[in-house]
Amino acid sequence: MQLSPDDVRDVLRVLDSSGLAELHLETAELTLTLRREGAAAGWTAEQQVLRTPVVESQLSAVGEEDEPAPVQAEVGEGLVAVRPPLLGTFYRAPQPGAPPFVDVGDPVEDDTVVGIVETMKMMTPVHAGVRGTVVEFRTGNGEFAEKDAVLCVVEPA
Amino acid sequence: MSHRIHRLLIANRGEIAARVIRTCARLGIESVLAASDADLDALPARLADRVVRLGPAPAAQSYLDPAAVVRAALAVGADAVHPGYGFLSENPALAQGCAEAGLVFVGPSVESLHAVGDKLTARRHALAAGLPVVPGGEAADLAAAQAVAAEVGYPLLVKAVGGGGGRGMKRVRSAGELAHTLDLASSEAAAAFGDPRVYLERYVESGRHVEVQVLGDGSSAVALGDRDCSVQRRYQKLFEEAPAPLIPDRVRADMASAALALAVHLGYRGLGTVELLYDRQRESFYFLEMNARIQVEHPVTEAVTGLDLVAEQLAVAEGLPLRLRQEDVVLTGHAVECRINAEDAAHDFRPSPGQIERVVLPVGDGIRVDTHVQGGSVVPPFYDSLLAKLIVHGTDRADALARARAALDLLRIDGVTTTVPVHQALLADAEFAAGGVDTAFFERFLSRDLAVAS
Repeated sequence: MQLSPDDVRDVLRVLDSSGLAELHLETAELTLTLRREGAAAGWTAEQQVLRTPVVESQLSAVGEEDEPAPVQAEVGEGLVAVRPPLLGTFYRAPQPGAPPFVDVGDPVEDDTVVGIVETMKMMTPVHAGVRGTVVEFRTGNGEFAEKDAVLCVVEPA
Repeated sequence: MSHRIHRLLIANRGEIAARVIRTCARLGIESVLAASDADLDALPARLADRVVRLGPAPAAQSYLDPAAVVRAALAVGADAVHPGYGFLSENPALAQGCAEAGLVFVGPSVESLHAVGDKLTARRHALAAGLPVVPGGEAADLAAAQAVAAEVGYPLLVKAVGGGGGRGMKRVRSAGELAHTLDLASSEAAAAFGDPRVYLERYVESGRHVEVQVLGDGSSAVALGDRDCSVQRRYQKLFEEAPAPLIPDRVRADMASAALALAVHLGYRGLGTVELLYDRQRESFYFLEMNARIQVEHPVTEAVTGLDLVAEQLAVAEGLPLRLRQEDVVLTGHAVECRINAEDAAHDFRPSPGQIERVVLPVGDGIRVDTHVQGGSVVPPFYDSLLAKLIVHGTDRADALARARAALDLLRIDGVTTTVPVHQALLADAEFAAGGVDTAFFERFLSRDLAVAS
């Protein structure tokens, strides 16, 4: 059962004339709670569609990706992990085909950009946050990085 | 020749997928959602009659792959494809692929998509249809750019020919900045659209973004009123309203005529939007571009016209003639739309993906919420941040704004950070309430009102 905005409006019309303060409706596929908020502020609805979608066809549209290797969250003693400011897809270069921002062996300062993370179509630069030398990349170009992932490892100067 | 649509593949996600499914349910059309791995359990998948897996989560391997969409449509026996907005909605390759596979593409013809998909071609068509355009021209190299700049003067805008969404668009304040900005805009355009071409346009200091909704059946067209989308941040719209406030009647009529002239010139079939730049000082307007798809802000037009634009879009896609004449289009009251994004305004609008704990929506007369989230929904990091649209219809602008303020106070989306507080501050702003703000307003407002509010 799906409810359109018009259906909800009809239900509200009935409620408005009834003086009820709350209505809870539950079917096999959906739960809907309507509640009168405050004195005269208005009505709110909390709705849950319960039906679990059945995916009918498993199209192998493109080459399936292998599961990415789990990221090693620990780094060696005396080394510093550079982690993303928020989860997203990590890019090591400003655009496809361009040289990487930094590579293994490169010196970095606090504010050196080591890559960018794309989250919800927005690009956020990742800064080294430490002065030193890049010794390892743990997350590859174009790979997804969780918030606690290690993108690269820096040996402080 | 008309082809009745029985089973529609929706090649999109989020609120627009849920929106199209709703109209399908009303019209008795079977809806099949083509979803990426990240969306197989999302609300639109629960609402659709059927679901087909399109590909992995990254959009390039699912929602942006025309071949995968056509294969999915054929696999489920769909007879039509609705592309929503964004993704492949204006991609001629999908329209072409559908045509070759015998599927109805719910959108304009391949020719129309080519005609308006490229900003320079669109500009040529607009000129041919008699529309005023912003002074400017092609910038194939620095010398050409300098020649155009000498004609239109500074400041000016560099824009991506294949662009959209503000990417590849840059402001140049003086001749000294031209070469550097040209390079930057060109690389951004290449990265975002695979097309490095840019062109130059005069920068209008105080312009409003006003657009006219049109609907065509390939031979005739109707204008469905205008919208104001001037409240933007980095060329991304946040708030829209219909009709555009404080536009002289004569100019409003001229804008509608101009939009219709372009639609007729193109032999346009489908929903389309003619974007115009309204110059507040001169009380004149220029053609910017044409969007050949349904848009995020279509509900404000639905509210003031009483039409279901998706239903009209499906009807003309089926090959039916327009079901309404221009005199049937009657606008009532005023409607506004707040885009609620999963973004943290306190941290420079940083994205806020994650799990939503609870969603409580305002309901009542004149209130509509288009959304794809509910308690327990996951907001994946792969796509844009739009969570919901609050659309409010009132008797006039002041009434609509007052109702919107009350509705926003009732709306709760817990678990991720949203832009609800931004809209609350915006609706409390005196300059905004007066109406007719320009596209530079919102950045000013952010540094002023929002700083105070937080």
